[in-house]
Amino acid sequence: MKTIRRIKKTKTGYVPILPRRREWPIVLLSKKQEQFIRQVVQASVRRIRESAVSMEALIDELETTLYKEGLRIRQMPWAVDPPDEEKFWKDIKDRLVDMSASQYSQQQEAEQLLLDIVSRYAHEIASRFRPSHYQFARRAVTFGFSRLLNAARVKGFRSLFSTKYKLRDKINIVGETEHLRKLARIGTVVMVPTHFSNLDSILIGWVIHELGLPPFIYGAGLNLFNIDVIAYFMNSLGAYKVDRRKKNKIYIETLKAYSSQALQWGTHSLFFPGGTRSRSGSMEDKLKLGLLGTALEAQRISYQRSEQTGKPAQKIFVVPVALNYHFVLEAPSLINDYLSSEGQERYYIDSDRSTTSYRILTFLVKFFTKGSDISVSFGRGMDLLGNYVDEEGQSLDRHGQHISVREYFCSGTKITHDKQREEEYTRMLGERISQAFYRINRVFSSHLVAFVAFEIFKGRHPALDIYNFLRLPEEDQQIAYEDFRQVCRATREAIFVLESQGKIHTAQHLKGDLDEVIQHGLDNVGMYHAKRPLLRNKAGNIITLDMKLLFYYHNRLEGYHLDRAIKQHLER
Amino acid sequence: MHKQVGVVGAGSFGSVVANILAENTSVLLYARRPEVVAEMQETRSRNGYRLHQNIIPTNDLEYLADRCAVIFPVVSSSGFRNTIMDLSPYLHPYHILIHGTKGLDIKTQDEAPLSREQVRTMSEVICEESVVVRVGCLAGPNLSHEMAEGQPAATVVASHFDEVIRVGQKLLRTNRFQVYGNTHLIGIELCGVLKNIIAIASGALSGLGLGENARALLISRGMVEMIYLGKALGGNTEAFIGLAGVGDLVATCSSKFSRNYTVGYRLATGETLSEIIQHMEEVAEGVNTTRIVKQLADYYDVAAPITRMLYRVLFEDLPVEKALDSLMKISFSEDVSFL
Repeated sequence: MKTIRRIKKTKTGYVPILPRRREWPIVLLSKKQEQFIRQVVQASVRRIRESAVSMEALIDELETTLYKEGLRIRQMPWAVDPPDEEKFWKDIKDRLVDMSASQYSQQQEAEQLLLDIVSRYAHEIASRFRPSHYQFARRAVTFGFSRLLNAARVKGFRSLFSTKYKLRDKINIVGETEHLRKLARIGTVVMVPTHFSNLDSILIGWVIHELGLPPFIYGAGLNLFNIDVIAYFMNSLGAYKVDRRKKNKIYIETLKAYSSQALQWGTHSLFFPGGTRSRSGSMEDKLKLGLLGTALEAQRISYQRSEQTGKPAQKIFVVPVALNYHFVLEAPSLINDYLSSEGQERYYIDSDRSTTSYRILTFLVKFFTKGSDISVSFGRGMDLLGNYVDEEGQSLDRHGQHISVREYFCSGTKITHDKQREEEYTRMLGERISQAFYRINRVFSSHLVAFVAFEIFKGRHPALDIYNFLRLPEEDQQIAYEDFRQVCRATREAIFVLESQGKIHTAQHLKGDLDEVIQHGLDNVGMYHAKRPLLRNKAGNIITLDMKLLFYYHNRLEGYHLDRAIKQHLER
Repeated sequence: MHKQVGVVGAGSFGSVVANILAENTSVLLYARRPEVVAEMQETRSRNGYRLHQNIIPTNDLEYLADRCAVIFPVVSSSGFRNTIMDLSPYLHPYHILIHGTKGLDIKTQDEAPLSREQVRTMSEVICEESVVVRVGCLAGPNLSHEMAEGQPAATVVASHFDEVIRVGQKLLRTNRFQVYGNTHLIGIELCGVLKNIIAIASGALSGLGLGENARALLISRGMVEMIYLGKALGGNTEAFIGLAGVGDLVATCSSKFSRNYTVGYRLATGETLSEIIQHMEEVAEGVNTTRIVKQLADYYDVAAPITRMLYRVLFEDLPVEKALDSLMKISFSEDVSFL
């Protein structure tokens, strides 16, 4: 009876593919958590011993870890850190110093040390998912979001109870959603979204539920757990913790083992393949592959296991997702990061000025009280080599023939474990995902106007590199509306040509009358920033108050060679 | 199963590769034309050289793909895509393909101007037309007739996969044949491709009766040009200073038996390109390569004086002497600026 009621409730949405919670892979994972963590620990120890074979190498690894952890505790303490941390590492240190002289017992002690560290890390990483909390947290999110939404759109006291506007009016879900639901039923799904904002994970979490899918697990920055309320939601929604301060090998291998084991247990997972939010605002060409490699490993192991047990192997599918916003809250700090440290290590340490709970809250209020649309577009599912899969999850080659994914892991007819091979496959998969991002990306009016305006401004100073160009005073620069309009038209045409070739998508609002599209774009691009990236002044000309921000929003259409179209137009 | 190794293409280099492989393993050697297979079976020789007893000639691609997990395609670049398309239905993801073809492929010719987007290296053709991902290439100073005589030599197996390099080394290594590995597949492929341009120019110098000073000038400036072009097309500098780069360049520029060299030589003695091509049994890859690379140099704005001049000689009937005069007039200031 219960299920019938739920179906009625979601009459405009999707029916859950697994109505019974206890069937969710993630529930299984949390029920058998101790067993699961034991397996993670075993697997990570194995991984670490594979690269640190000799006793010297292992002790070296332990000492490096101890040293790095000491530094971290002193230099970057966080509220979320456990109170016994110093004691734990002090103990490790004492045991390292006091190691026996005899080779046999030294080996045993070193291995025990490794086991203790890995086990601590694995418990730290593990998600605290509780099905009942999930239900509550999800409702709270949806409820909170829709209240805000309706409060903004429906006037008066009754607005608080109005259900006139649903979240799904605001968030546009497009693309291969039925395909995704099917894949989630027959295999394990790894969802890979573009990453522009901290809002992404919350948004995706909501969309996953909206599509009737069981929750996905994902790695969330431990910094987000510093705040109790957010930590509660993160835990409830299936997040496990990724501590970016810990860059030691033992931690990273444990993290990878965690992800790999979860996939082997059939838990759908969410990876941000960029690893971190895009600093430049462009879709990353070179994805930081991070955890993607663990999916390849999990797939190979599942084929190997299937050979032993005779049961069919669980197939893993990769589903790319492109998120599109008119506005990214963190844009100012992201683009500054990008410009000040392009490609530097520093880049990765997340100071996260923008993730205090206050900032997030004010953003959410702004976001839901003003009209700014979001689109979430799902690409077609792929196997781990980037081949598209059909409705049954069968991998297809370019000619539509079935491919056996198992054979990618074979030497001749036998499955072999070759680390370098899988690393190369991961790199290839990263390329395929990146190409898919470009294809499923949806162009908004705001992307168009930002791209065109920046290209025109920049085109006036061909001799300056980007850094020197951005130092020019903004006040001196404006574009006559008619010129701007001309270039917008040419660029929009070029975008439509790309769309007809299947290389990009466009939002519905981009197709209308050009002046309206431009106005829509100007109204929306980076609309809540203190300094607007693009405006029309009193004379009707196009101006910018913040060239760096304009650069950021412009970058969204980098990589399509649209600048060539603009150049050609200007030459004519 | 998979006890044999396949070679696709029984041209001069293909049969030499088959002979080397045959020293270590049983080889299936595919020829497209049945009469060639029959002839090889009957005479046990090809192009005047004996075929090793471990070689089995065949005309059946399906059989070959079925029996061999490792296949060496060695056909001309103009027929390469079609060959892979014919082979493709029988290929599986477990196959390893290591090709020995030094040319480029153009996917579509409709969109001018030509850019790297329309041009493929042979490994890219394999990945595009088949499910095979573990690909590699052979490159290096490997003049067929010297290898056929069993003279000592070395080659490079390049691949993104260590596994492919290992397999290539294991299969090809003999007492007279060294095998080096390199992980920069595209760079190594481009070495083999681009050096053919310089080889034609080298033949032309000889045809004019010039000596070794001129050739040394050509080889070293040609090397710089190859590096610039190579980088613009997705290669890396390091590849060009190894065996497959400078090694192969020196060998091809000095060998009177090289087909590209012959084209240049005869151009310098006044023959036209079409006359020369008519009388050649196998294609000189350098001619087509010059055509493609000149357009790419235009597109990416690469200074490539030798390629551009040679293009005019080959396709615009510029006399070789004039081309040389113009090249000598260009003023270069820096000797080495690419490192």
